[in-house]
Amino acid sequence: MQALFSQLLVGLINGSFYALLSLGLAIIFGLLNVINFAHGALYTCGAFAAWLLLEYAGVGYWPALVLAPLLVGLLGVAIERTMLRRLYRVDPLYGLLLTFGVALILQGAFSLRFGSSGQPYQIPAALQGSVDLGFMVLPYYRAWVVVCSVAVCAAVWWQIERTRLGALLRAATENPTLVRAFGVNVPRMITLTYGLGVGLAALAGVLAAPIYSVRPLMGADQIIVVFAVVVIGGMGSIFGSIVSGFALGLVEGMTRVVYPEGSDTVVFVLMALVLIFKPAGLFGKAA
Amino acid sequence: MKTKLMLVVMLAAVGCKKEEAASTTAPAAAAKKSVKIGVLTDMSGLYADLAGPGSVEAAKMAVEDFGGKLGDLPIEVVSADHQNKPDIGSNLARQWMDVDGVDVIVDVPTSSVALAVSELVKQKDKVFLASGPGSTDLTGKACSPNTVHWAYDTYALANGTGKAVVQAGGDTWFFLTADYAFGQALERDTSAVVTATGGKVLGSVKHPLNASDFSSFLLQAQSSKAKIIGLANAGGDTINAIKAAHEFGLTKGGQQKLAGLLVFITDIHALGLETAQGLNLTTAYYWDRDDQTRAFAKRFAPKVKDHMPTMVQGGVYASVLHYLKARQALGAGNTSGAAIVAKMRELPSQDPIFGAGTIRADGRHVHKMYLYEVKAPADSKGPWDYYKLVREIPAEEAFLPLEKSVCSLVKK
Repeated sequence: MQALFSQLLVGLINGSFYALLSLGLAIIFGLLNVINFAHGALYTCGAFAAWLLLEYAGVGYWPALVLAPLLVGLLGVAIERTMLRRLYRVDPLYGLLLTFGVALILQGAFSLRFGSSGQPYQIPAALQGSVDLGFMVLPYYRAWVVVCSVAVCAAVWWQIERTRLGALLRAATENPTLVRAFGVNVPRMITLTYGLGVGLAALAGVLAAPIYSVRPLMGADQIIVVFAVVVIGGMGSIFGSIVSGFALGLVEGMTRVVYPEGSDTVVFVLMALVLIFKPAGLFGKAA
Repeated sequence: MKTKLMLVVMLAAVGCKKEEAASTTAPAAAAKKSVKIGVLTDMSGLYADLAGPGSVEAAKMAVEDFGGKLGDLPIEVVSADHQNKPDIGSNLARQWMDVDGVDVIVDVPTSSVALAVSELVKQKDKVFLASGPGSTDLTGKACSPNTVHWAYDTYALANGTGKAVVQAGGDTWFFLTADYAFGQALERDTSAVVTATGGKVLGSVKHPLNASDFSSFLLQAQSSKAKIIGLANAGGDTINAIKAAHEFGLTKGGQQKLAGLLVFITDIHALGLETAQGLNLTTAYYWDRDDQTRAFAKRFAPKVKDHMPTMVQGGVYASVLHYLKARQALGAGNTSGAAIVAKMRELPSQDPIFGAGTIRADGRHVHKMYLYEVKAPADSKGPWDYYKLVREIPAEEAFLPLEKSVCSLVKK
C-alpha cells in the first residue's frame, strides 16, 4: 500500500511534465494545425537556457524560470515568422517535416557544443531538502514542480476557454477571414500562440533542469511519450491534454509497482486501446 | 485524420533514426590498399561522451604514435554511429567488412551490440577490439578467437567495487539494473561476489535503458531496506539515478549507500562533486595516476572539448596500438584475424594507460584495476581532480580466473 501511494505521487510528478508539454503541443496543434515536432528540442532549449544563464550570466533559478521561457518563446516566434508561416497553406505534413528538421538541428548543435552526458544544475537553495510524508520522502522541489505545473495549466486553460482573448483565438482558427474583418491582427495572434506553446515547453525544461541532468537528448526521450499523451487526450483538446498528461503519469507510476519493465510501453498500449475504442481520443470530438 | 497523421509521425520519428544510421556509414573504400580501423561507437546517445568522438580521437592518436603506416600501407581510421542498437551495429559492421575493407572493429560500447559484432567478426575472420562493452560473455560463453576484450568487464567491476563495499560493512544489496545484456551481466556478477564475500542480495528492479526518471525505482530500492543500492547501469542512467537518490535523501543519514558499479569520469563531471562525493568506483584508468597517464590525458583533452579520457577511450588507444604492433611482428601481408589475435596474445602489451598487460586464451586483456573514491568538493584542487585511490587491484585478482572461464578456447 505504502509503495502504491509513493509510486502514485511520483507518477503525479512525472505527469506534471507530460501535462505541460502536451498542453503546449495541443495549443499549437489546435490553433495552428501544426504538429510541432520541435517541442522536445524546445524543452531541451529551456533547460539549456537556464543552465547558460547561470553559467555565463550568473542568473539564478528564479529569474530563469521567467527569462528562459521568454527567450525560448522568442526563438519560437522567430521560427514561426521566418519558416512555419510559409507552410500554413500546404499540407500539415510540411510543417511537421520542418519542425522535425529544426529539432534535429537544435539537438545536434547542443551535442556538438556541450557533449551528451549533460551539465549539472543544482536545486535552488530555497527548495532543497525534503519532507517525510510517512509513506515516502517528498523533496520540496518535486512538490513545487507539481504545484507550478497545475497552476500554469489551469491558467492557460482558463485563458483559452474562458476569456475574450481565448474566444478570439478559437474563432480565428475556425475562420480567420471573418475575425480579421473585426479588426483583429490574426497573423500576430498566431505568432504569439506559437510563442506561448514553445514557452510552455521551455518552462517544463527549466523545471526539469535540476532533476534530470541538462542533456541534448532529454527532450527526444520525452517527446514520443508526449505525442502519445496528446493522441490519448484527443488531438487539439486543451483540457484533454492536461488531464491525460497527469493521468498517464499516474498509470506509469502504477506500472512501476506491478511490472517495472513495462513502464515505458504502457503509455503506448493505452494509446492503442484508445485508438481502437475511441479513435478521436478520450476528450476529442469525432471529426 | 488528425490522429492518423500523428501516428504516422510517431512511426516516422522512430524510422528516421534508423535512416540516419545508414547514411553515417563511412564512404566506400577506394581501390588503394590500406589498413582500415573502424571505430563503431555511440556518437550521439547516452554513451557518446564516455566513448563516441573521443574513441575516434584515441584511435587516431594510436595510429599517429605508431607512425601512421604499417610497412608501406597507410593506416586509416573510419567511424560510425551504432546508436546502441544491435541491428544497426551489425549492419554497419557487415558493410564495413564486406564492402569497405575494414580490418579491425574497435570500441563498441553497449554489450548487446558488441555480442552481435563479435560473432560477425569471427565469421569474416577479422579482428574485434572491444573496450566499450562490459559483458563477460564476450570472453565467456560467447568467446571468439578473433575478439580481444580490453579495459574492463562486469566481473572486474563487481569484484572491485562489490567486494570492497561488502568488506566495509555493506552486506545487504538491492540492484537497479539496466534491462539489457550489460546490466543483467553486471547484476549477475556482482550478486555472485556479494554472496561469496558473505553479503546478501535482497532484490532488484529492472529499468528500461535510457530511463529519464529514477525516482520510482529508487523508492522500491528504499523500501527493500537494503544497506547498499547497487547501480547496475551506465552513462546517463547512472547519472540520473545518483541525482534522484541525492534529491530523495536516500543517502542522507547513512541508512543506505549507493554503489556505482560502472562509473566513468565523464559521469562524475556531469554530476558535480557535491552530488557524487563519497562514491566508490572501479576503473582501469584515471588520468591523474602517474606521469604517463597525465601526459596521455594532456594530449587527448584538447581534441575532445577538454574532457579527460575515460577508460574506454584509453582502451581504444591501447588496443589499437597493440594490434598494430602485432601486425608489424606478423608481417602486414597476413590479414587473418585469428592469426593477428594469436600474435597479440603472444606479445606482452605495454602502453601509458594500462601499463604492462597480457591477453589470455579467452581473449581477456588483463592488467591492474583501481578502486577509487570520489573526492569531496573541498579536497578537489582543480578541474577534473575527482578521485582518490583506495586500493590497487593486482592483475591476477582483478579478472575472472582462467580456470573458472566457460570459454571453449580455454584448454583445461
